[in-house]
Amino acid sequence: MHDIHTIDPVSRIEGHAKITLHLDDDGAVADARFHVTEFRGFEEFCRGRPLAEMPGLTARTCGICPVSHLLASAKATDAILAVSIPPAARLQRQLANLGQIVQSHVLSFFHLSAPDLLLGMDAEPATRNVFGLMAAEPELVRSGIRLRQFGQEVIASVAGEKIHGKGIVPGGVAQPFTSEAREPLRAKLDESLGAATETLSLLQEIEERLSREVATFGRFPSLYLAHSAPDGTWEHIDGHLKVIDSEGATVVDQLDPAEYRTVLGEAAAKDSYLKVPYWKPLVTDGDPRTGMYRVGPLARINIADRFGTPIADAGLDALRDRVGRIASSSFHYHHARVLEVIAGIERIAAILDDPVLLDPHVRAQAGINRRRGVGASEAPRGTLFHDYEVDEHGLITAVNLIIATGQNELAMNRTILEIAREFVDGPTLTDGVLNRIEAGIRAYDPCLSCSTHALGQMPMVLQLVAPDGEVVCERQRS
Amino acid sequence: MSASPVPPTPPPGPRSARPNVAVTLDGEEVLAFPGETVLALARRLGVPIPTLCQLDGVSVYGGCRLCVVEVEGEHRLPLACATEVSADMEVRSTSAELRDHRRRIVALLFAEGSHVCAACVASGACELQDLATETGVDHVPYELTFPSHEVDASHPFFVLDRDRCVLCTRCVRVCDEIEGAHVWDIAQRGSDARLIAGMDQPWGEVASCTSCGKCVAACPTGALYHQGTASGERRPDPGLIAFLADARAGVWEPRDNGAVSQPRDAAGPHEQGTTP
Repeated sequence: MHDIHTIDPVSRIEGHAKITLHLDDDGAVADARFHVTEFRGFEEFCRGRPLAEMPGLTARTCGICPVSHLLASAKATDAILAVSIPPAARLQRQLANLGQIVQSHVLSFFHLSAPDLLLGMDAEPATRNVFGLMAAEPELVRSGIRLRQFGQEVIASVAGEKIHGKGIVPGGVAQPFTSEAREPLRAKLDESLGAATETLSLLQEIEERLSREVATFGRFPSLYLAHSAPDGTWEHIDGHLKVIDSEGATVVDQLDPAEYRTVLGEAAAKDSYLKVPYWKPLVTDGDPRTGMYRVGPLARINIADRFGTPIADAGLDALRDRVGRIASSSFHYHHARVLEVIAGIERIAAILDDPVLLDPHVRAQAGINRRRGVGASEAPRGTLFHDYEVDEHGLITAVNLIIATGQNELAMNRTILEIAREFVDGPTLTDGVLNRIEAGIRAYDPCLSCSTHALGQMPMVLQLVAPDGEVVCERQRS
Repeated sequence: MSASPVPPTPPPGPRSARPNVAVTLDGEEVLAFPGETVLALARRLGVPIPTLCQLDGVSVYGGCRLCVVEVEGEHRLPLACATEVSADMEVRSTSAELRDHRRRIVALLFAEGSHVCAACVASGACELQDLATETGVDHVPYELTFPSHEVDASHPFFVLDRDRCVLCTRCVRVCDEIEGAHVWDIAQRGSDARLIAGMDQPWGEVASCTSCGKCVAACPTGALYHQGTASGERRPDPGLIAFLADARAGVWEPRDNGAVSQPRDAAGPHEQGTTP
């Protein structure tokens, strides 16, 4: 049987994609590919724009994580202005990123993944969605929606809007923080933390029930890359990068993100708009697959020795007691996300208590002092790089964006391959296979509109492809 | 612009005269000053007529055609900003046809520029954006031309983005008539028309520019702004021009700062260069 299975479009992810499963002559799954079929093109059309517009412009990359782009972009512009931003601005930016992480992770868990996890991978697709979940578990969904609202309100307190705020600017932030903005957020801390810890308990039950999925959803060794504080504490916006191997050994620590080109290569794929970043030191024969690394919540909890806040640390310790120091299954991205929501809320509470937050000096002023600047931050989905070059007047001459989803491309391919090998049986694609492959991709919470600068409807096509390239079987969500 | 209680309201028409010209505006009989324009009359009476190129304090240009009105017995649509009242004139400031006309003009302005509000420095404080809302332009029914103009950031304090320029010539008139520097001009014609500095030089190389910033204060869109202004941060100050014109004429009224001035933080590193 020479088959290519195609899943197109892939549903409940942010963007448009298809998946192909390539079979060998014996009908076994030989390869699996995740293709991003949309193109955005920010690297191209940003050229010629004034530097100071870049945070506002690049934030339009994504409606889920505009704050991530605002922050990485603002940091790149800070580097070109060669300024150190005021302490209050630093706190405000941290607050915005934590709000971003909370709201995006909650969206991923409750709205996109929970229907699979709670209603079951084999549940009827027509009801296996957030509306079906609302009917089955109304209180749970309500708490998820309110939790996301909290994250968005934290964002709005800094950026001015929940989505597409503009308050983060070159040299700092646009407005001082006020006690009027602080009190309503404080009032919601307890409820939010309660909802997040209940979600963690729920997830632990789910993981026990879905042990076969936990074992096969991308459980393989890889490098992990994320920001890390010098003492090993979880970090999300400031500081430097750390890379560890599959055993947890440090590959590189405290690497300046501006030096990313020394260690990261970028390959273009024939069949996807996604650029494929890879870890250069491991690639010797030109095949980027040997340079696979993972970013995002899973990478961050594997790299961090601790969160530095009590409830999140207790949750991290409990996970490590069960799965070891390194959680290697991509299924645990869900777990990492919920832990980060808890840590995020705990850190938001600490920042709101810091009197420096209300300092009115929030913006450093400067002209064009350098011709290149790199900004990096931990977006909800992983490490985000914005790399700009400008002319003497501050007009952009080159842009390179490395997006979290692109960095997980190799790992996503590998995850699909493993799920296909475990669950594909015979030449036809069953609903169970389709569902699990989609859920495997969803574990990474990929955001394709962010990552391709690159066109998009998001649903999934799954194709079985024969060795001669003929598509023998195709399944598609209607 | 000013919201200060100045009793009695100073007539915007010729100062010595009394209103004694009987005119019908939207069905109501009113008295206009001799020589008063239809626009000035309408504004004095609180009747809204949209404008774009018109700017208090500088000469009439009549380029945008947004202030067209209907006058009984006139075949064409005269411009409110450039038409003086006459006895027994019957003026209609709004009608289905006028609304349609104005909507088309605004849509055409969008079609011939690259107006991306989402990332624009002027979003939230832009006369073109306000006009689109006012006239109901929620989409552009014409083919967008996507012109490709380069941004001129060569001036140490200010930036010119021609993609956002609507060719209203407010900057040209302010620079010529108030500052006396005449840095700005319109070169070429029709769809090739473009704002130029000096002898079509980079703005930063134009020796006659005094860096006063009046053009920036007068610009209705995000075409002229301070260096370092981030998306949504531009705060224009068109009322400044009327104030300066009055001051030059010796009519010195303290300025109520109901008018928005550029916030210090948003002004970029060299705002001290601005000396009106």
